[in-house]
Amino acid sequence: MKRLINKFKELYKYRVLIRTLVVRELKARYRGTVLGFVWSFINPLLLLTVYTMVFGFILRPRDPSFNDSPWVYALFLFCGILPWQVWFAASSQESANILIAQGNLIKKMLFPTEILPIVSVTSNFVHFLFGLPILLAFVPLMGKPYTPYLLFLPIVILVQYIFTLGFCFLISSLTVHFRDIKDILTNLLTFWFFSTPIIYPMTFPAVQQHPVLKTFLNLNPMTHIMWGYQNCIFYGELIRWKRLGVTFLLSLILFFVGYYIFDRLRDSFPEEV
Amino acid sequence: MPAIEVENVSRIYRKYLAQHRFKTFKSAILKGDLFKSLKSDEKVVALNNINFKVAKGTTFGVIGENGSGKSTLLKVVAGISKPTTGRVSVHGTVSALIELGAGFHPEITGRENIYINGVMLGLSKEEIDKKFDDIVKFAELEDFIDAPVKTYSSGMYMRLGFSIAINVNPDVLLVDEVLSVGDASFVPRCLERIEEFRRKKKTILFVSHDLTTVEKICDRVAWLKNGEMKALGYPKRVIDQYIQDVKSKKETDFEQKQKEEDIQGDLEPERRENRWGNREIEIKKVRLMDLQGKEKHVYSPSDGMVIEMDFYAKNHKKDFVFGIGIFNSQGVCCYATNTVLEGYKSRSVIGTGKVTCQIKTLNLTNGTYYLDVAAHRQDGLPYDYHRNLYSFMISSDYMDSGVYRPQHSWNFSPDVKMTWKS
Repeated sequence: MKRLINKFKELYKYRVLIRTLVVRELKARYRGTVLGFVWSFINPLLLLTVYTMVFGFILRPRDPSFNDSPWVYALFLFCGILPWQVWFAASSQESANILIAQGNLIKKMLFPTEILPIVSVTSNFVHFLFGLPILLAFVPLMGKPYTPYLLFLPIVILVQYIFTLGFCFLISSLTVHFRDIKDILTNLLTFWFFSTPIIYPMTFPAVQQHPVLKTFLNLNPMTHIMWGYQNCIFYGELIRWKRLGVTFLLSLILFFVGYYIFDRLRDSFPEEV
Repeated sequence: MPAIEVENVSRIYRKYLAQHRFKTFKSAILKGDLFKSLKSDEKVVALNNINFKVAKGTTFGVIGENGSGKSTLLKVVAGISKPTTGRVSVHGTVSALIELGAGFHPEITGRENIYINGVMLGLSKEEIDKKFDDIVKFAELEDFIDAPVKTYSSGMYMRLGFSIAINVNPDVLLVDEVLSVGDASFVPRCLERIEEFRRKKKTILFVSHDLTTVEKICDRVAWLKNGEMKALGYPKRVIDQYIQDVKSKKETDFEQKQKEEDIQGDLEPERRENRWGNREIEIKKVRLMDLQGKEKHVYSPSDGMVIEMDFYAKNHKKDFVFGIGIFNSQGVCCYATNTVLEGYKSRSVIGTGKVTCQIKTLNLTNGTYYLDVAAHRQDGLPYDYHRNLYSFMISSDYMDSGVYRPQHSWNFSPDVKMTWKS
């Protein structure tokens, strides 16, 4: 435990390195493209368009909170898709590969390996932040008011940050030994995406009337994080403190466990990647 | 206080079989041995109980063949990999030149990479700002610094990597065989920088195959062989021991190879394309020996060599010539002669016999040589001709070139000041 705490202190020491590498990732990602940074905005927009077309106009979910309008539903979708796809899923998938891709750093330099997943999560977090103004701009466009509950958004973001970090520590270190995880993860993320109330709300009668399904969704920590976003932005309600609090504790545990496993496996990285 | 202390350090690598890779997450979970399956039974000892200290301000060389554990040792000292047992302590900041430009990102410019690499090596942004011009100038990349690194040639890439690492200005510098890729103008400049480091009384751990450089710049040298420290001490002495060992290894390898060839030869002597003639006089066996009569295949240029041929003449022969020829690996005839050319007139021969040709000093340069031996008639009709069937090797301390090394010496008038290396 003491060792872990010391490690975290070291992490703080590396903040400049983390910042530099995040900037490098951001710069390198769209280097050579015509639109450059604009892609950070276009990508979530295109994503939203596809989901709005398919789910909003073709499937047309009926729920009182959507006022029967595909556009309002689009806003609801966006609240979940942006943090999920742009941040969580992208970070997880990147982390699965990052230690192997950056093998040179691990093998040939004295490099604090644990910052690689942190950089991956953080750079995708920045992409998420770029998408956030677009999401917020859509709120009045779709006829919804801004509410003071928006101020709780940072708390939800913090919970997701810790949860994603923990998950990425776990994924990145295990993938070094089991390359299969990369493929498992792709499918797991799809499954997880549909097991989280992103394209449907928790208040859907089909969910509420089915006790097994309801329990299952409630056990999914991402449910409460996504619900948090929807509460702050879409519903304009207070976030569910208890649920989010439990999720926060769970995120912390995942973070420590993920970091612990990462730390245990750390010495094997130089010869395995 | 020593700058680097290595105490009882061993590094054991697990040897993974190809099969291990197929063990998957699923199978590990099913068997319930997630962590156990990460371990493998077979072990490779890369370093075995290594002990040494490097005093502050000195340069310490590590030599050894490929796979002897030099790079592993350097990585352990650098902290990149952990010793399996034992303890390493390094006092002061460390910079390791293990692979130059290891942290470069190909898509971004040289300028940005300098900053990122500098931060990775532990510099602050202000320090890099200060050193930036020096780094670019030393790497000779003024014109390309704003181009993406992926457009650099491998030489430019390496120069930039070296330039950043050396400008970090650490207390302890670890250098691993990185200079082998530089061109003729860059390597001397790198060595100059390393020399400057030495003058500043910084500590250097230098791993190299370049024995001349090691001898020149190192205060003490360690020789590793198969993960064990074979010798530690003054450069000249350790390097000599190492060279002796390499020579004797060459000798054994060579003998092994010759033996294999002999075995093949015994099986199908007639099929050998490199042998022809009517065998009226048959050369049964050829031996290469030193002047004391001991069989040998690796010689130094100043050694002598005896070529001994055992032959058998079926019938009584009056007209015969014995000859030899020495060819280098490019097929150039370095020397060829026969008994007629040297004034011997054949009278008669029958049954078994022996011909030896004694060469007092070989006077050849480094390399592998092939030997022709022949018995033939004066008009050239071959009895038995062996073409390049035998080989020997010259292993010289000098890197001189050419096909022949005449015995020579250098003399200087008193105003020319020279010292000889030993």
